[in-house]
Amino acid sequence: MIKNDKKEVGMTLIVKTITRLTVGLILLFGIYIVLHGHISPGGGFAGGLIIALSFIHLMLAFGREAALKRLSEAKAAILESVGALLFLIIAVLGFTGGYFFLNFINKGKPFNLFSAGIIPLCNIAIAIKVGVGLFSIFIVLVILQEDRKE
Amino acid sequence: MLELQLLLLFMIVGAIIAVEVKDMISSVIAVGAVGLGLSLAFLILKAPDLAITQLIAEILCLIILIRATLKKDLPLVRDGRWFFNTFSTLCFITVFLGFAFLVLKDIPPFGVPTMKIAREVLSCSLDKTGATNFVTSVILDFRAFDTLGEATVLFCAVMGVATVMRKTGRKKTKI
Amino acid sequence: MSVYFLCLVLFSIGLYCVLRKRNIIKIIIGIAIMEYAINLFFILIAYRWQGRAPIMAQGREILGMVDPIPQALILTSIVIGLSVLALLVGIALRIFDKYNTFDITKIKRLKG
Repeated sequence: MIKNDKKEVGMTLIVKTITRLTVGLILLFGIYIVLHGHISPGGGFAGGLIIALSFIHLMLAFGREAALKRLSEAKAAILESVGALLFLIIAVLGFTGGYFFLNFINKGKPFNLFSAGIIPLCNIAIAIKVGVGLFSIFIVLVILQEDRKE
Repeated sequence: MLELQLLLLFMIVGAIIAVEVKDMISSVIAVGAVGLGLSLAFLILKAPDLAITQLIAEILCLIILIRATLKKDLPLVRDGRWFFNTFSTLCFITVFLGFAFLVLKDIPPFGVPTMKIAREVLSCSLDKTGATNFVTSVILDFRAFDTLGEATVLFCAVMGVATVMRKTGRKKTKI
Repeated sequence: MSVYFLCLVLFSIGLYCVLRKRNIIKIIIGIAIMEYAINLFFILIAYRWQGRAPIMAQGREILGMVDPIPQALILTSIVIGLSVLALLVGIALRIFDKYNTFDITKIKRLKG
């Protein structure tokens, strides 16, 4: 996946191989936690943290370029605003039926994946917001400091 | 609740080690032990959502704190008023714990919460929201304003970190 | 009752660390410990004897759930605590850049 060219970036070969195997599973688990937030333990906050952890895992093992190639700083800034705005838009759409944060979609049958009205949509918005926000905190703490030294 | 008391004692020992040990890396690892013990305590107290979130947050917290300890600097000098300062701090903490012991008699005893609002939520949440996880239905439906404020605070924190750690300072512009 | 008191002892250890230590990273660690104690106190108040987690199961009725409202409040508080911790670490690193020390008694210069 990532070529080891002249300068060795990141950690050793063992860590890189294990990361290559597990990072996709961690991301998938985060998405599962987010989507099933309304019928099982989990939800937007826990799922968003797991998604952020998968990107940070990638960055710690392969160096900064590998993670920034998948989610650059500009994209992270845009995505975080999109998450916040999505949450606000869902809230404002409640005015179509009466008041702020009205659960205006059909509730559906309990224990199904597509149920509970706006709650899964809000979970997705919060997961984008929390995950990308923590990832950008990490970018700023680690990478900008390195840049200043060079 | 013997297991809970043992877990709390473990957390207290971990916190004392984290405060008193001289090596910074050991101190950060001890904080990690306290946080993982807290995650187990949430699981014993029947809060699985919080256990998951605390587990992940603790890992990220460890990464951030280890990033901070890379700078080697150990100010551990004892100045002349060491005894006086420690004594006054301990006196303050003793007074705090004494008043807390007096006040704790008046809050509901452990294991018997006053569930005035919660009874309402538990009885009609399934009809009103359709979500079977009641914690999610509280944070995203009944108290969604709270979550909106939390999103704002998180946004402000990210902006604050980006501002504090920016690459170049602002140059003075000549008029 | 003793559980509440042990939780407050954990809080006062964090308070001692904040009041007495001179290293900024130690002070941040103390703030983190205090935050853990506060989160735990809320959940201890919400617990109920022989309680069950507040999640319904398919096909059977679950009686005696614990109080879900403090859990919902703390769920947001954990994430806020993490981001505030990152902000504190950022400020501490910037102080180290400027003054070249973590000792709070040596940070006296206002300018320059």
